[in-house]
Amino acid sequence: MELYELGIKATRDGLEKGEFTSADLVKSLAARFREKNAEIGAYLTFDEEQALALAAENPKAVPIAVKDLINVRGQPCTCGSKILQGYVSPYDATVIRNMKSKGFIPCGRVNMDEFAMGSSTENSALGVTRNPYDTSRVPGGSSGGSAAAVGGNMCIAALGTDTGGSIRQPASFCNCVGVKPSYGRVSRYGVTAFASSLDQVGPMTKSVEDAAILLGAIAGHDEMDGTTPRDPVPDYEAAIAGATLKGVKLGLPKEYFGVEGMDPEVRRITEEAVAKCEAAGAELVEVSLPHTGYAMAVYYIIAPAEASANLARFDGVRYGHRSAASRDVYSLYTKSRAEGFGPEVKRRIIMGTYVLSSGYYDSYYGRAQKVRTLIKRDFDEAFAKCDAIVAPCAPTPAFRFGENQDPLTMYLNDLYTIPSSLAGVCASSVPAGFTSEGHLPVGVQFVCGGFEEAKLLRVSKAFEEL
Amino acid sequence: MKIDVGYVAELARLELTDEEKAVFQPQLENIVRYVEKISEVDVEGVEPMMHGRQLVNAFREDVVRPSLPAETALANAPARVGDEFLLPKIVEGAES
Repeated sequence: MELYELGIKATRDGLEKGEFTSADLVKSLAARFREKNAEIGAYLTFDEEQALALAAENPKAVPIAVKDLINVRGQPCTCGSKILQGYVSPYDATVIRNMKSKGFIPCGRVNMDEFAMGSSTENSALGVTRNPYDTSRVPGGSSGGSAAAVGGNMCIAALGTDTGGSIRQPASFCNCVGVKPSYGRVSRYGVTAFASSLDQVGPMTKSVEDAAILLGAIAGHDEMDGTTPRDPVPDYEAAIAGATLKGVKLGLPKEYFGVEGMDPEVRRITEEAVAKCEAAGAELVEVSLPHTGYAMAVYYIIAPAEASANLARFDGVRYGHRSAASRDVYSLYTKSRAEGFGPEVKRRIIMGTYVLSSGYYDSYYGRAQKVRTLIKRDFDEAFAKCDAIVAPCAPTPAFRFGENQDPLTMYLNDLYTIPSSLAGVCASSVPAGFTSEGHLPVGVQFVCGGFEEAKLLRVSKAFEEL
Repeated sequence: MKIDVGYVAELARLELTDEEKAVFQPQLENIVRYVEKISEVDVEGVEPMMHGRQLVNAFREDVVRPSLPAETALANAPARVGDEFLLPKIVEGAES
């Protein structure tokens, strides 16, 4: 077995026993990168020399691939955008600082949809990423590079970010475990903002145990992010020991299983997953999330609105691309942004600016925030009746390049992941099976209440073992 | 539903080509038509949710700490003079 095939737990054990060093891992990953990246395109950059320098400082550290919007000092951070080509981070994000102190080192920058806007990684301006299970198909997105790196055994584990499903959907497409933590569980400091009231960093791994270890390493209060409460971080690794589904009340939202557009194979795999849980002792409970039908609409107001404000910082003044054609400050802004941003980012900036513009604020953003409260209440009421919700992760398996041309059709990929993002609760994607034709992986989603990651990981772990 | 894409792009400080405007116009109108379904929901008396978890008064100790050194902060500058970012003239008539 090659070192790059290992997950976090096995790697850490091997490092502890002195079977290999962090440098050996980096070299194995670098060789794998040279062998495989031209085909898969998971990485944008893999700086072996820099990774070896970090490995020399910390010879027992596990290398982790990092989505290209999380800042690592001295490394590029392009967010998959031309506007940040050549940018070098001046500091470490809190998640990077945290994981370094817990025996991990950042190793390579993985591709993503530009500024995390997309569901296929096709919106990256800097490279194509292919699904390692079928290279004619997308890896999902926006954390498509992270998922392809994990699924294609091109890393030990990866960090991704999830705003409306960007960890869970690619995890489902590439057969990995993905965890979107509750809003506030993980610091966003040093993570380039897309939609600030929704963004969360989370682990993408080869097993639930690995996700528990990596989440434990990055989570916690950060005084640089005022939305991270001081709640202590439980020992997630210990929490999953002896995980069982016996007596666990699993909620099935009737609104999720009734919708059209769910691929029959996804439906079959999800229903089989539910049946397996029941056979393992879980009690199935029907729950209702009555405002589900409005979640997409709420999201596509709130996320672009926040994005339009966040992306105002890319103005060609302090960093990033500056247009050579600018004559004055106004054209410096408008031309630098026109040249630097890709079409989906432009579309969302315009959408966001429109819904926030004078006269429209109350009927769009203001109203969307109120409907968001109702969506949150739906989850509160559902969790009064069950421990965890089980649902599909994405309505289809990985699709082909260019298959979803219309923006609104592409947005529907996040149908099952957006409601829990809006509610701020935690959710996972766990591999559940393969389609009978084409053998494409499909993940099942578990959702638990806010700051109930220990419970979420236990349920996910118990399911993984079935 | 008609969106003046050119005007909104101006507000967003984004120059669009005529081709881009022609592509975005129907796409955005389609998205706006879709999101308008939230107008059906009765939100009378419902408080807005601003964040995934409502926190108030997230204070930290008010202590002086070193910030990024100027050289580090300027390292990614597209253009600079000394310790400053270089920009085209902003105020009419001012020395540039």
